[in-house]
Amino acid sequence: MMRFSTLLKHPADWMTGASAGTSVVLTSRVRLARNLRREPFPGWSTKERRVAVLDRVKPEVEALPQMKNGFSQELDALSSLQKQVLVERHLISREQAARGEGSAAIVNRKQALCLMINEEDHLRMQSIRPGLALREAYNLVSSVDAQLETNLEFAFDHDLGYLSACPTNLGTGMRASAMLHLPGLVLSDQIAQVLQAVGKLQLAVRGFFGEGTESLGNLFQISNQSTLGESEETIIRRLERVIQQVTSHERNARQKLVEDDPDMVFDRVGRAYGTLRHAHVIPSKEALNLLSLLRLGAELGFFPPETGGTCDSLLMEIQPAHLQLHSGEKLTPEQRDAIRAEIIRSRLQSLDPPVIIAQQESEGWQPPSDTIADS
Amino acid sequence: MQCDFCDSKATVFLTQLVEGEMKKMCLCENCAQEKGVTDPAGFALGDSLIGEGVSVGEGVVAGGADDGATCPVCGFTFKKFQQVGRLGCSECYETFGDEVSRRLKGMHKGTTHIGRVPEGLVEEHARQQRLDQLRSRLDEAIAGENYEEAAGLRDEIQELETTVVAQT
Repeated sequence: MMRFSTLLKHPADWMTGASAGTSVVLTSRVRLARNLRREPFPGWSTKERRVAVLDRVKPEVEALPQMKNGFSQELDALSSLQKQVLVERHLISREQAARGEGSAAIVNRKQALCLMINEEDHLRMQSIRPGLALREAYNLVSSVDAQLETNLEFAFDHDLGYLSACPTNLGTGMRASAMLHLPGLVLSDQIAQVLQAVGKLQLAVRGFFGEGTESLGNLFQISNQSTLGESEETIIRRLERVIQQVTSHERNARQKLVEDDPDMVFDRVGRAYGTLRHAHVIPSKEALNLLSLLRLGAELGFFPPETGGTCDSLLMEIQPAHLQLHSGEKLTPEQRDAIRAEIIRSRLQSLDPPVIIAQQESEGWQPPSDTIADS
Repeated sequence: MQCDFCDSKATVFLTQLVEGEMKKMCLCENCAQEKGVTDPAGFALGDSLIGEGVSVGEGVVAGGADDGATCPVCGFTFKKFQQVGRLGCSECYETFGDEVSRRLKGMHKGTTHIGRVPEGLVEEHARQQRLDQLRSRLDEAIAGENYEEAAGLRDEIQELETTVVAQT
C-alpha cells in the first residue's frame, strides 16, 4: 500500500498540467454515487453500521486490479492537516474530510481514481483526467463500478435508477465536470454572458475557489445538474459540446484582446510576473489571480510553455494546508502569506521576463484555424 | 374486538407500515400503555411483529400517505425528510414515494431513469420499461375508446407481468 508521504511527493498528472492540450480545460472529472440496498445511508446510520459497511466495501475496492499499490486510509487514522491536504488536492471532498471512524478514502497509484466510502453515499467513485477527457474519466470509473457490482448489491430502482441519499443524485448517480481557465472572457467582460448561457442548459457553473459566483484565479467548474431522465452518454455529450463552445469563445476572446488592446494584456501579464517574482508577502486571493495571468502569458507565448505546468503546481502548493505541511508548524495568516510568497519566488526564480516582441512573430498564440472558422 | 396480547377488550387500534406492508394491531388499554403505544416515540409495531429492534420514530400512519410515515427498514421519518431533504436508506424511496415524486418535478431532466443498469438487472429492467410503455399505451387506448386495441394491450401486459425473469 502507498504511504501518505509517497502520495504527497508524487502529484498526479492532472495536478501539474503535465500533459499537452490543457490550456483552457485543466481537468475533467466524473463521479458516480452508489449505495448498498436496504442499508441506512451514512448520514442516517449508526457508527456500528457504518463500520460494517466499511468492512464490507473496503476489501472489495482494495482488491480491484486498478487499485493495486494504491493509497487506502480510514479517515480516523488521518490527522486533520492530512485530510485538509487531500481536500486541497481534490482527492477527497470537504464533506468526507469532516468524517472519522467508518469512512475511508482509497486512491489508485496514478491518482486518477479516488473512491470514498461513507461520504454522503456509501460509495462515491471518481476519476480525474487532465484536459477535456470526460469520456476517458467515465470509462475508468464505469469499469470500477462494473467490477464492484458483481459482489456488492447496489440499490437500484427501475424508475428512479441508482438510489442515493439525496434525490438530486438519483438516476445515473453521475456528476461530470470540467475545470476551465477563462482569463480571456473575464478580462474582456464577457464571462457573465457566457456563464448565463451555460446555466440555461441545465448545467451548473461555479467558481472553482471561493463560494457562490465569486471566482478566484479565473477558474470555473461546469457540471451537469440533472442526473435522472437521460443517459450518461447524453449528459457527457452535452457537457462536451458546451465546454468546446466555451473553449472556443475563450480562445477568440484572448485573440481579440491581444489584437485590440495589446498594451493592456502585456501590462497585466508583466505586472503579474513582477509581483510574483518579487513579493515577500502575498495573500491567497492575489496569488491565485496573478498566477492565472502568468498562465495566460505562457499560453500566449510570452513565457516558455512549461510555465503553465508550474502555475498549476503552485495553485496546489500555496493552499493553507500545503503551506502548513511545508513549514511543519501551525501558521498565522501573516506567516502563511510570507511563506506563500517565498515558495512562489523560489519556483519562479529562473523564469525570464515575458518576451513580448518575439512572440508576435511566432505562431505560439495563434488560435487554431478551426476556432476562427467557428466564430 | 379482543386485544392481540390478552383477553381484554381492545380499545386502541394501530396501523403502521412494516416492510412496506400495512399492519394492523388491536390492543386493550393496559397493553397499549405497556407497549408504549400512547407514547408514539417509544413504540414500534415492527418490534412486536417481526421481533426485530427497528427504531421507529412516529407511531401511527395515516393510511398510505407519506405524512407521518416512518421507513420500516431504517426508521427514517417523513418529518426528517422534510427537514434535511435527504433520505435514510434505499427503502425510504418506497415509503416516501409520493413526496419524492413531488420533489423530483423540475429537479431533473426527467422522472424515469435512462442509462446504466446493474448487470444482473438488465433483463428485468427491460421488462419493467416495456410494461410501463404498454400501460401508458393502454391508458391512451381506453381514453380514445379503442377497446379492441386496449384488449390486445391488456393481454400483452398480463403475459409480460407473469413472465419471471431469471435473476443472475
